[in-house]
Amino acid sequence: MESKEIVKVVGFWVSPYSLRVEWALRLKGVEYEYIEEDIFNKTPLLSELNPVHKKVPVLIHGEKVALESLIILEYIDETWKQVPLLPEDPYDRAMARFLADLGEKLFVNAFMALCSEGDEKEKTLKLATEAVEKIEEELKGKTSKFCGGENMGYLDLALGWISHWLPVWEEVGCMKIVDPIQFPSTTLWMENFLNHPVIKEKLPPRDKMVIYFQWLRKEMVSQIAKYGPNGAWAILKLKSPPNYR
Amino acid sequence: MASTDVKVIGAAPSPFVNRVQIALNLKSVDYEFLEEKMGSKSELLLKSNPVHKKIPVMIHGGKPICESLIIVQYIDEAWTDGPSILPSDPYARAMARFWAAYVDDKFYPTFRAFGSAEGEEAKAVAREQLMEAIMLLEDAFAKCGKGKDFFGGDTIGYLDIAIGCFLGWMRAVEKMSDIKLIDETKTPGLFGWAKRFGSNAAVKDVLPKTETLVEIAKMMAAKAKAQ
Repeated sequence: MESKEIVKVVGFWVSPYSLRVEWALRLKGVEYEYIEEDIFNKTPLLSELNPVHKKVPVLIHGEKVALESLIILEYIDETWKQVPLLPEDPYDRAMARFLADLGEKLFVNAFMALCSEGDEKEKTLKLATEAVEKIEEELKGKTSKFCGGENMGYLDLALGWISHWLPVWEEVGCMKIVDPIQFPSTTLWMENFLNHPVIKEKLPPRDKMVIYFQWLRKEMVSQIAKYGPNGAWAILKLKSPPNYR
Repeated sequence: MASTDVKVIGAAPSPFVNRVQIALNLKSVDYEFLEEKMGSKSELLLKSNPVHKKIPVMIHGGKPICESLIIVQYIDEAWTDGPSILPSDPYARAMARFWAAYVDDKFYPTFRAFGSAEGEEAKAVAREQLMEAIMLLEDAFAKCGKGKDFFGGDTIGYLDIAIGCFLGWMRAVEKMSDIKLIDETKTPGLFGWAKRFGSNAAVKDVLPKTETLVEIAKMMAAKAKAQ
């Protein structure tokens, strides 16, 4: 552990993007100070740190500011060499990055399915399920506990939100995305992920998440009704409009 | 390296495909270019990229890699005896990746929206958003390049490739819309950089000619109207 500069994470308690940064630092045994940002009442600090997007998470390392959670994971991996997150082989690295990107698309579609109704809900639910099918295909062949092998890696951290956030969204949104019978490998991986000692001790409380997403769903449904999906995103300023690529 | 060991499935006018070509050229890697016909997807493409069914796809030793920026990073990591594409410092890498992600998530959709906007009001709004994005890239050039020739410093790097691939289409749009996107006075950094990037040996035969792209744009617009 070469670096003696102070490490801070600016995050939001229920954001899987900010949690994955904390998980990475904890896996590597890097001490950090956590700063909570209320994303609905953004501070001048956030605008200063991330003027382009004004979003969390932000990693502060000494004088340096790293943005975008997956980019931050790679920065963490390249700065603190113990407990490597990305595989060594270039092809395996490319696959990990590809699947992490797929996971981000699953996130957007699953979230839209949570917050919409009727045709839009059906469409996004279908897209979300298709993404899980791809993940299941990847995990099916594996005999190891995690995507990274016997130890957790980049892809586990990138997809890990599925194990704790998706079940909450399924409950709040009255929908099923990860059916254990249809997706046994994904389901097993989710259990392994949640049982990892580093993850277990850093998860937002489920009961609070249910309340939060019930509220958020109500807000989004009414905004979408008024302004359409793109307008609702912009108003809540949570993310850019989802790109159903 | 046998040229059949590396194949690129793509289309010459696609800026995303151009990224891969430029990266391979920078590393002096020979490759076979498999041109997709516009409007149809080959068996090989569908087999190699079943998830997204999109170009570019690079096949190396039989293994497909998808998503242009992921492919460029793969090229940098698989061929280590050529010039480096990503910087070596972790923080510089994070900055380059951040801006490349900005290009894909914000700049490109804004650019497309400008190209397809209809009506005076929509065009004006799209134009303002596009110019804002370009000014941010001008800023990024100063921050990342630090006064040198390219975003990557003395030589072309990851971010140069991520942005520079759009220069052909930007010039085509300038011609068709009678607007200056990269202007000598307003964006002097990008102006000088665009010249240097476009004339670089790894780039000059890859970026399609402006006239070709204008023709393609007219053809696509006519097709869209006919439907």
